[in-house]
Amino acid sequence: MSLDPATVRRIARLARIHVDPAEAEQLAGEMNGILGWIEQLNEVDVDGIDPLTGAAQMAMRLRADTVTDGGIPELVLGNAPDRAGAFYAVPKVVE
Amino acid sequence: MLTDLSLVEARDGLRRRAFSAAELTEAHLDAVAALNPRLNAFITVSADRARAQAVAADAKLAAGESGPLLGLPLAIKDLFCTEGVRTTAGSRILEPFVPPYESTVTANLLRDGAVFLGKANLDEFAMGSSNMTSAFGPVQNPWTRADGAALVPGGSSGGSCAAVAARMALGATATDTGGSIRQPASFCGIAGVKPTYGRCSRWGIVAFASSLDQAGPVARTVGDCAVMLGSMAGFDPRDSTSADRPVPDFAAACRRGVRGLRIGVPREYRSDAMPAEIEALWQQGLAWLRDGGAEIVDVSLPHTKYGLATYYIVAPAEASSNLARYDGVRFGRRVEGEDLTELYERTRAEGFGAEVRRRIMIGTYVLSAGYYDAYYLRAQKVRALILRDFTDAYAQVDALLTPTAPSAAFAQGDKMDDPVAMYLNDVFTVPASMAGVPGLSVPAGLDPQGLPLGLQVLGRPFDEETVFAVGAVLERAAGFRHLPAIRAGAPA
Repeated sequence: MSLDPATVRRIARLARIHVDPAEAEQLAGEMNGILGWIEQLNEVDVDGIDPLTGAAQMAMRLRADTVTDGGIPELVLGNAPDRAGAFYAVPKVVE
Repeated sequence: MLTDLSLVEARDGLRRRAFSAAELTEAHLDAVAALNPRLNAFITVSADRARAQAVAADAKLAAGESGPLLGLPLAIKDLFCTEGVRTTAGSRILEPFVPPYESTVTANLLRDGAVFLGKANLDEFAMGSSNMTSAFGPVQNPWTRADGAALVPGGSSGGSCAAVAARMALGATATDTGGSIRQPASFCGIAGVKPTYGRCSRWGIVAFASSLDQAGPVARTVGDCAVMLGSMAGFDPRDSTSADRPVPDFAAACRRGVRGLRIGVPREYRSDAMPAEIEALWQQGLAWLRDGGAEIVDVSLPHTKYGLATYYIVAPAEASSNLARYDGVRFGRRVEGEDLTELYERTRAEGFGAEVRRRIMIGTYVLSAGYYDAYYLRAQKVRALILRDFTDAYAQVDALLTPTAPSAAFAQGDKMDDPVAMYLNDVFTVPASMAGVPGLSVPAGLDPQGLPLGLQVLGRPFDEETVFAVGAVLERAAGFRHLPAIRAGAPA
């Protein structure tokens, strides 16, 4: 599998990272280098092997579905780049 | 000098009232002021806060209290959220971020009386093996070689390790996702411990790859690491992968010795490309353990060679998901755009450095429709085989001994044009990360250029005690007393 600059731009769009055309060209080269090296995993026989999702060999703990925190809007919004009252502010989404 | 003491020696000195916590902290702040402009090991120095913590520690000492870390100055990797103190993860995108909360690990250290000198530099979002990817500039290794080239401290916990090696701090917190504690500890001639996944809470640590990230200590002795880990570790209900088990007495384990232990030598870690001095040091390490009464056993970890390629699918995939939160809306840096999508895309393009963007892109690709099975699912299956290798090996042996890294520290700028060459730094550390098993690096010798080399001890899940026991025997046998040229008190 080899990535062309158009595919790189599509991935960049999915990742919400702006990439200009010259950068897409360069990234395609770098990503192909990495993906080519990763291809070695195709030689491993993984038939019948269950995927390992994590290193914690234990069942996920559940907690009671209750509110445990809140009522601290100033702390939550304290790092916001822009705000309007008790809300995050972003460019207009709906006309 | 107070900065030459080990953490345990400093603790004992404070308890004897040989010096005060204020004096101890001031000595380290002086070292930071003198050396940090050159080494760049700290992104943020919190001197006033450190002095206030030291004064509070002296009051407690005067009242007869003795917390495990009372009055001991530490560096905190700038990946741990610290309440009211800027936390950047080495990234431009988090440059203005001041957490309103404290990570569990740092809260545990504060509970036990530690003094925080400041936030240590690191590769951006802990993605790197050289500290060259930090948005706050590279860290220089306090060790030097004859040609005068500035060397990397390794990474990603390069600032933590450089600070400890140069005697700017008694110890430091670090995190390891694929080798980010052990490799820089080896490069800087200090000890570092990556505990079992689940031993330390990840709550409040800026996430990179959540199924791999694990916090651990770096310090100048194995015993110092044991004391620090004893404070850092413990069950935390706020991390769903935190292990609900008691924290053993790691310091006591350092005195166990290795008599009767079976130590495995994984044959797949041997290669013709390995430098002769690293092979020789490995053999020396095995001889030291044999002299201590251990039995050396050849074992096989057949999927070792696939560890790195597996890692470079799993870690970027998880990173692409974790780093989706940096959108310029809720915290961190924002770059304005015409609409919301452009705001996201500009913010992330300008906020993330090249290596982070590359890994997010790789992660997005391997998780995207049509490629998920071929890359991500296959990598998770290979990961299962890597874990099985360790499980099989630990049926025969109690611990494994390997080199920590395939080389000593290299020059700043080396390997920068070839991501895969940079990734190969972690060839010996990544498999244990994939399997979640504990590991330690202990300084054991010098290469022909006078640079430190580490040996790695790996153990069974949640058996850090055996890892500490083996590490302490290696430390005593090696008698590593070499010092970096750039350190507190050294002639400039």
